[in-house]
Amino acid sequence: MCSGCAAPIIVRQALKSIRGPTVVVNATGCLEVATTIYPYTSWRVPWIHVAFENAAAVASGIEAAFKALTKRGCLKEKIDIIAFGGDGGTFDIGIQALSGALERGHDFVYICYDNEAYMNTGIQRSGSTPHGAATTTSPAGTVIPGKPEWKKDIVGIAAAHGIEFVATASPAYWSDYIAKVRRAIEVDGPAFIHVIQPCILGWRFNSNEAIKIARLAVQTRFFPIYHVEKGQYKLDIKIPKPLPVEEYLKPQGRFRHLFTPEFKGEIEKIQAWVDANWARICQLAGEKI
Amino acid sequence: MAKVIGLTGDHAIAYAAKQCDVDVVAAYPITPQTIIVERFSDYVANGEVKTEYVCVESEHSAMSACVGASTTGARVFTATSSQGLALMHEILYIASSLRCPIVMAVVNRALSAPINIHCDHSDMMGSRDCGWIQLYSENAQEAYDLTIQAFKIAEDPEILLPVTVNLDGFIISHCMEGVNVISDEEVRKFLPPRKAVYKLDPANPITIGALCFTDYYFEIKFQQEDVMKKVPAKVKEVGEEFGKITGRSYGLIETFGLEDAEVAVMCLGSTAGTARVVADKLRKSGKPVGVIKVRLYRPFPTQEIVEAVKGLKALTVLDRVATSGAPSGPLCSDVKTALYAETEKPLITNVIYGLGGRDISPENLEDIFNDALRTADVGRVDRPIKYVGVRE
Repeated sequence: MCSGCAAPIIVRQALKSIRGPTVVVNATGCLEVATTIYPYTSWRVPWIHVAFENAAAVASGIEAAFKALTKRGCLKEKIDIIAFGGDGGTFDIGIQALSGALERGHDFVYICYDNEAYMNTGIQRSGSTPHGAATTTSPAGTVIPGKPEWKKDIVGIAAAHGIEFVATASPAYWSDYIAKVRRAIEVDGPAFIHVIQPCILGWRFNSNEAIKIARLAVQTRFFPIYHVEKGQYKLDIKIPKPLPVEEYLKPQGRFRHLFTPEFKGEIEKIQAWVDANWARICQLAGEKI
Repeated sequence: MAKVIGLTGDHAIAYAAKQCDVDVVAAYPITPQTIIVERFSDYVANGEVKTEYVCVESEHSAMSACVGASTTGARVFTATSSQGLALMHEILYIASSLRCPIVMAVVNRALSAPINIHCDHSDMMGSRDCGWIQLYSENAQEAYDLTIQAFKIAEDPEILLPVTVNLDGFIISHCMEGVNVISDEEVRKFLPPRKAVYKLDPANPITIGALCFTDYYFEIKFQQEDVMKKVPAKVKEVGEEFGKITGRSYGLIETFGLEDAEVAVMCLGSTAGTARVVADKLRKSGKPVGVIKVRLYRPFPTQEIVEAVKGLKALTVLDRVATSGAPSGPLCSDVKTALYAETEKPLITNVIYGLGGRDISPENLEDIFNDALRTADVGRVDRPIKYVGVRE
């Protein structure tokens, strides 16, 4: 991985939470590409990668097979399944397979590590890319200030399937994240965790700052930390005195153009989105803003 | 004990999959494959099988789930057609490269557009080089027999490749025939439970589907090619072993009247039956004609075909597929390539027929045979490709 990348931290923290034999399914992406360059592997658990858009479908097949083999007495112990997919494999091309698997109720944990673009092939926009971010397919030009659209609400989409446990997490708040992964594993059925993953290359910040950025995302209320259990929203990390969103945007090269006179007003728009999103989640969680 | 029951081609496949004691079926219904998954759903609903049936949301996910399931060591089956196979296309290559012995019934159907639900081989031919073993059946009996054999071929530790059992949409899939079925016990004896060598096993963790750069990718592709060389002998061995139980032995190709034929017609699938009937009639009137049916299409049985056509003056290869802009249909191209280095070979004509379910009648076939006889007489091919049954 790139030096200072948050993805290995996210995986390592997740795998600290496992309870027994575990199989990992990985969608195509940085994590897969960097950790399994044949004939080497970084994984000490059974691991499989099939394609970009189908980690949830592959996990469905594995889970069904484990059930069948257990029924026949060929498998004695429960094997947990964790699927890792990036934002492209989750928000975009993989959403159909994910939705199908959540609807069918397969017992697995899906962890989306979200670096908000397609990073390993050159920083292209995704449905998870936030408004105003410059990517190579949503560049900041003289007329358009980066990505015009807003980020897709993947947690709302996952939760709308009526599954038992959906959560957001940040590697900067590791104890919250680890506890959530364990909770997700213990759920009998599908669970979904959305983790923010600052990308040094795509977001353009210093390589020792990934965790700092992941913390700023939370402290500015840009990335609220909450979970939805059996349909009930709960705010896990309250931010009574939020930092202005500028503090999160400023260290990142992908937002640099927002600080130029041409695009004056964009930061206010982003701040308004952050405030409205926070208010929405607080309302769903029954919290005062 | 063998018995005869009335089954459609699709039902025969579902019945075979049930007897093969499959662990996982992941499928998405598409006409004319639908009856396979519907009948299998009945078996699941009635507790007649221990199978986990995953009714996925697309064929792409069906094949993805099959790959996942197969890598655990489970026995896996699915079925598809046409657009569904096209949607699986990406994962077909991954299933064969990851050496997943999945068995899939492909109920051959035309591809859109225009949308058409009837038979031709455009779907499978679009994926003909996906690294799967490809078998074609002539009728419901063969569809049943080949499904059982397919698992034994696929799961052999020397092979470990996925297999398609092709059957013609509606012509075989929806027509009821008397099918000789063997007992569950006989199937279980012929096909013991799968024993996987490589699998997702926490006690012995392995990495499946790693990234291969220029330093290894080529070798892995070569290994796939290398194992294909072992397939014909295995298909023959399993076909003969099946014959010992049932009296119905299977080879790579099947011939009719070739011993003294001067011309022959070659085809895949249900057309072989009509061709045989027509050839029989023509032979009775003294015309030296024969039929070659290709059962194993991938890997291509080059040697058997070279042997089979020896002594023929003319050969007409029937392709039920639209291959826009190609020099000939895929079966004909393969036959021509196989014969290129031979010094003596028949004159070869290609016939494209039956697209989108257009009927191929005995009269059409009689014309095709007579054309081939004329070609043999004049000693040259006038029209290398003919379209039979189309309003030109």
